[in-house]
Amino acid sequence: MAYPGGQLSEEKVFKDPVHRYIHVRDKVIWDLIGTKEFQRLRRIKQLGTTYLTFHGAEHSRFNHSLGVYEIIRRIIDDVFVGREHWDHSERLLCLCAALLHDLGHGPFSHSFEKVFRLDHEDFTQAIILGDTEVNKVLRRVSDDFPKKVAEVIAKTYPNKLVVSLISSQIDADRMDYLLRDAYYTGVSYGNFDMERILRVMRPREDQVVIKRSGMHAVEDYIMSRYQMYWQVYFHPVTRSAEVILTKILHRAKKLYEDGYNFQTKPVHFYSLFAGNVDLQDYLKLDEAVILFYFQQWQDERDEILSDLCRRFVNRHLFKYVEFNPTNEQMTKLIELTSLFKKADIDPEYYLVVDSSSDLPYDFYRPGEEGERLPIYLLMPNGELRELSRESVLVDAISGKRRTDHKLYFPADFIYDFSTKRTTKKKIIEILEG
Amino acid sequence: MFTEHAKVMKALAAAGEIVGRKKLQKMIYIAKKLQFPFYEKFDFHFYGPYSEELTCRVEELCDLGFLHEVKEKKGGYFQYRYTLTEAGKQFLNHYDIKMPHLQECMQDMNEQNSRFLELVSTVLYFEHLTKEEVKEKVFLLKSKQRYTEEEIEQAYAYIEKLRAKVKNEVRA
Repeated sequence: MAYPGGQLSEEKVFKDPVHRYIHVRDKVIWDLIGTKEFQRLRRIKQLGTTYLTFHGAEHSRFNHSLGVYEIIRRIIDDVFVGREHWDHSERLLCLCAALLHDLGHGPFSHSFEKVFRLDHEDFTQAIILGDTEVNKVLRRVSDDFPKKVAEVIAKTYPNKLVVSLISSQIDADRMDYLLRDAYYTGVSYGNFDMERILRVMRPREDQVVIKRSGMHAVEDYIMSRYQMYWQVYFHPVTRSAEVILTKILHRAKKLYEDGYNFQTKPVHFYSLFAGNVDLQDYLKLDEAVILFYFQQWQDERDEILSDLCRRFVNRHLFKYVEFNPTNEQMTKLIELTSLFKKADIDPEYYLVVDSSSDLPYDFYRPGEEGERLPIYLLMPNGELRELSRESVLVDAISGKRRTDHKLYFPADFIYDFSTKRTTKKKIIEILEG
Repeated sequence: MFTEHAKVMKALAAAGEIVGRKKLQKMIYIAKKLQFPFYEKFDFHFYGPYSEELTCRVEELCDLGFLHEVKEKKGGYFQYRYTLTEAGKQFLNHYDIKMPHLQECMQDMNEQNSRFLELVSTVLYFEHLTKEEVKEKVFLLKSKQRYTEEEIEQAYAYIEKLRAKVKNEVRA
């Protein structure tokens, strides 16, 4: 594939704390980074509300996207080139798909997607295929190039090896986010030897496989993934912030539908509330915009909206107790709901169960029937073996279920006995019981 | 709260017993595409549309004792059977979920084999394309399954049949 200008006259490098340097030689990559849609990713944090728990987690989807690009570049240029099953004419396509794979993410996208029933992947497709700067750059490669990039990201491109580089159980996306999130949160258990994994990756017709000699490096990767989920991604305090954020969006939407007269009109939210958000509206949203509204809405007359915004902005979060929805607990939940109403605390906004299945992260699965493809080890005799059949360590953690439900509530409201003392005592009895 | 869990249970209750994780995934995806209010997010994977969220939700429901999972060896792989437990039925009583005609659709899908449901869900995944383009996608992306033109036509007819079931209820 040709691109006017092809290669840059001089290689550009970005200094990066995870990969040390990110190398750009292809002009199309340089031009894509310069588009406004890609620059927007600087204003969207990679880990959403996690910065309220791990204060270092301020890194953006921009950093991560560059990181994924760099990993793919190293795999292709340093490991795959010249090997059987690898078609080097797919190089530019892989690099562009890696760079753009998260392009459609919105601000605090997990909560936004849940409340407004959106899918960032639809917006990634729309940005790549629509009337955008990104599309114009990609079209310079060829007319059908944007479509191909979109297909790789949507995992519907016919060359499954290409797809698996960007999206599989051991892909560049995961490798970058684990290392990057560990670095920025400051935790030590997210680390693994990525260089070693890259060196033992081998292309196969349908997917990337790992040489048996690299199994221990992959074990480390699986362990780091497992630990990052429970220690960082599923952290209960982050989830508390996420619960409040979700409730702010619900409340603002409800007020809008009820014709409430906002002091600060939610102009940027109108199409979201109406359920007809178009691409141009969507691209105007970033976390700076959203946090501006939250800042302003702290002074709204609606007590619920202003309280929730103050909680989010000032990190005055909900407390939680473990909650397993057994039938006995469900009866308690019904009782709690009624007591909250009696205590004039609206349970719709102040009594929330959050489950681990609501969170956007997935564990390693050893490829049971109908599920996603597992990681395969390439044995010295050429045979492929699923990872957990060879690794005792991976086998020990991959088949085990661990689910988690928590009940969130505003402890300060409950322990304020200046009103509804008896009812609140009952609430505490149930919560502490 | 737990409404999404309850909806999955409702679907299972409607089907009776579902044999195979792939079948369960495809049935919920097809139901979602028929406009039943399932909100699990699906991506395209090796076997067609797949939802990690749904996998986790089913695991949670098994963990809680609301679903009964039986693992059985079948040829070179394991197969799983799912049914609602008594505790699950009780849990479902806490919810008043109305999904008209879900039962008919789930039972009908449950009578189909998972290979066919994989094709139906793939056709639905690409339904924004023309029929010719969909066929091309199926032949390209599902080459190992060796679906025929006739099977693709059957998939289209089946989708129409399911949609008609749902529409009838809307009219009623």
